[in-house]
Amino acid sequence: MLGLNKKDATLLGVVAVLVIFAPFILNPFPADSAMAQFNAGYPDLMQRFVIFGIFAVGFNLLFGLTGYLSFGHAAFLGVGSYSAVWMFKLLSMNVIPAILLSMVIAGLFALLIGFISLRRTGIYFSILTLAFAEMSFRLAYSVLTPITNGETGLQLTLEDPRILGQTATESGGIPVTNLFGLEMRSTEVLNLGGWSFQFNNGYYMAGALLLVAFYISIRIFRSPFGMMLRAVKSNQQRMNYTGLNTKPYTLAAFVISGMYAGLAGGLMASMDPLAGAERMQWTASGEVVLMTILGGAGTLIGPVLGAGFIKYFENIFSKINEAVLHSWFHALPDGLENAIVWVFEHFVGSGWHLTLGLLFMLVVTFLPGGLVEGGQRLGRLFGRKKDAEEKTATQSTPAE
Amino acid sequence: MDAIILQILNGLDKGSAYALIALGLTLIFGTLGVVNFAHGALFMIGAFCAVSLNKLLNLSFETVDPTRTDFLGNPAKIKTPYVESWFGPEFGAALIDWSVPLAILFSIPIMIAIGFIMERGLIKHFYRRPHADQILVTFGLAIVLQELIKHYYGANPIQTPAPDAFRGSFDFGAILGFDPNTIIYPYWRMIYFAFAAVVIGGVFAFLQFTTFGMVVRAGMADRETVGLLGINIDKRFTIMFGLAAAVAGLAGVMYAPINSPNYHMGMDFLVLSFVVVVVGGMGSLPGAVAAGFLLGILESFASMNEIKSILPGIDQIIIYVAAIIILLTRPRGLLGRKGVMED
Repeated sequence: MLGLNKKDATLLGVVAVLVIFAPFILNPFPADSAMAQFNAGYPDLMQRFVIFGIFAVGFNLLFGLTGYLSFGHAAFLGVGSYSAVWMFKLLSMNVIPAILLSMVIAGLFALLIGFISLRRTGIYFSILTLAFAEMSFRLAYSVLTPITNGETGLQLTLEDPRILGQTATESGGIPVTNLFGLEMRSTEVLNLGGWSFQFNNGYYMAGALLLVAFYISIRIFRSPFGMMLRAVKSNQQRMNYTGLNTKPYTLAAFVISGMYAGLAGGLMASMDPLAGAERMQWTASGEVVLMTILGGAGTLIGPVLGAGFIKYFENIFSKINEAVLHSWFHALPDGLENAIVWVFEHFVGSGWHLTLGLLFMLVVTFLPGGLVEGGQRLGRLFGRKKDAEEKTATQSTPAE
Repeated sequence: MDAIILQILNGLDKGSAYALIALGLTLIFGTLGVVNFAHGALFMIGAFCAVSLNKLLNLSFETVDPTRTDFLGNPAKIKTPYVESWFGPEFGAALIDWSVPLAILFSIPIMIAIGFIMERGLIKHFYRRPHADQILVTFGLAIVLQELIKHYYGANPIQTPAPDAFRGSFDFGAILGFDPNTIIYPYWRMIYFAFAAVVIGGVFAFLQFTTFGMVVRAGMADRETVGLLGINIDKRFTIMFGLAAAVAGLAGVMYAPINSPNYHMGMDFLVLSFVVVVVGGMGSLPGAVAAGFLLGILESFASMNEIKSILPGIDQIIIYVAAIIILLTRPRGLLGRKGVMED
């Protein structure tokens, strides 16, 4: 199907089902129950899942396949956001031209930065990309204020020309982003019993793009081009000795990966039309590295899982505070309760980054393949058990 | 002319901090072959050693003074630090005043202990793993350390003053024969530079003139051969890691009065220090120090108004521009050796 083998088609199908039914899957608790705060099925968060999923899938095309660790990928995301917002300001509120432009501009940026950075490998490459990203971040904050609006961030105003659209709505407000009239922020709510499920236009558009991005990533992984990139990862020197120039391949991977980041940035701006320089800061680049590694670098589904995992738990953990913890453990004796709450409060609420850091260290140390490898190990564990059980089953029924 | 001297002086203190951190990074890299992204966190922990000592010395008990009243008419409560009651008011006050220099003594054992624990507990297991894994795990560690500090000390910068005696500024121009008040330089920054010079000199002397240092240098050049000679090189490298941690910590302690410590200062310095190390040449100790001062001074020149008016924004990015230019023209950095990090 679609030029994929059965296994990949199944994988794509699973992701598609997850994306389509996410509003149900992420909303397991009734809206008025005490657990409702742990629902993740609201538009803002779901949009973040898919957008960061796209970002991580793109990053994985570079890091997972070629082994080049870029610490400056957020620059492309930021550039994409700025271009998209400019498109909303100048052309129209339709998201298609905005997303196209953000991909093109991010691609051009990636071409320039990649052309220079890819002259070096290993840690030098990481430092060069980091340097470029920090440069973009600082320039966006200071000199480029006419383009980026500095610390305030780039926003839409009522004076923007929007030559193909309207400057202001009839009621005098700023028009909203849309896809040929379909408003990105509008949400259908389906109330079923105690549950309320939200279906957001923006989420489904981003989700569709995630599927496209994921499909392209599968095709790249399985193509001769992807094979070439993996050869670069395993031994670039040997590739060079065979007389092959690897630069065009790595540069192409870098640009594709940059365009993915630009797409993510453009989508981010489409959901909420503003762009700030902090999206380019190196901590943002670090985040996508965390997502990819946590999920499993070099695997297809890993980055999507990692992005979902980090964004989900960031959201959930940040909501738990001391009072919630006390209510959970209040059955215990007081001293024990306080001790447990004292331990846990380090890890929840604003301590979420601590949990993330620890988790990340554990994953890098014990599970270099990330969540995907963890899943495979579990699968093998249970698979073997099943085999063993089958064996004992056959043994216990001797054939007389 | 006076402006140039002033900018050089201004660059020295930041350059000293870069040089100290980069020196530690290079020591770790040269000995253990590990890229330590948590080094900035060590710098930050050093600064928080100064904060902690300051807070410890300021621990007070309250007494009620019935002869005086506060503005509500209640008897006034007077806070007396314990040290003042133990050692007498004058010596106690002096102790509190000198908390930052005292923190040097306080921080060295702490930093060495942290360095040992880090190396034995975590980094030891990453010698044989790819550099990317080392970067990632130490990056995770840096996040953890940073968040722990944030949890206990809060997110706001904490003022940690230098001793009273060093709070003023020094009229440098008067000595060199310029008009008074043209080149003014705070005392503490001068001390920082002198301190950095002493530490750097000490590390180099230690490596150059002691038997231990000789063995370590031999180990850096060829670890296997040194091991074959029956020397336990791993143990010495662990000690070097502790030393590197102490150097970063000391840089942090002394930097506390210049820039109030906050939990993300380590990350801010780390990114720049890595650029410094790469510019100086991975694995070259003199290169790291030279590049640290060079980039510090370059940065302060770029922030001159005359230069900013020609190239706006250059002060923000000069270090990165310099790094890019140097990496592309001299791929091994200023003083890099052949064969380091070129796999």
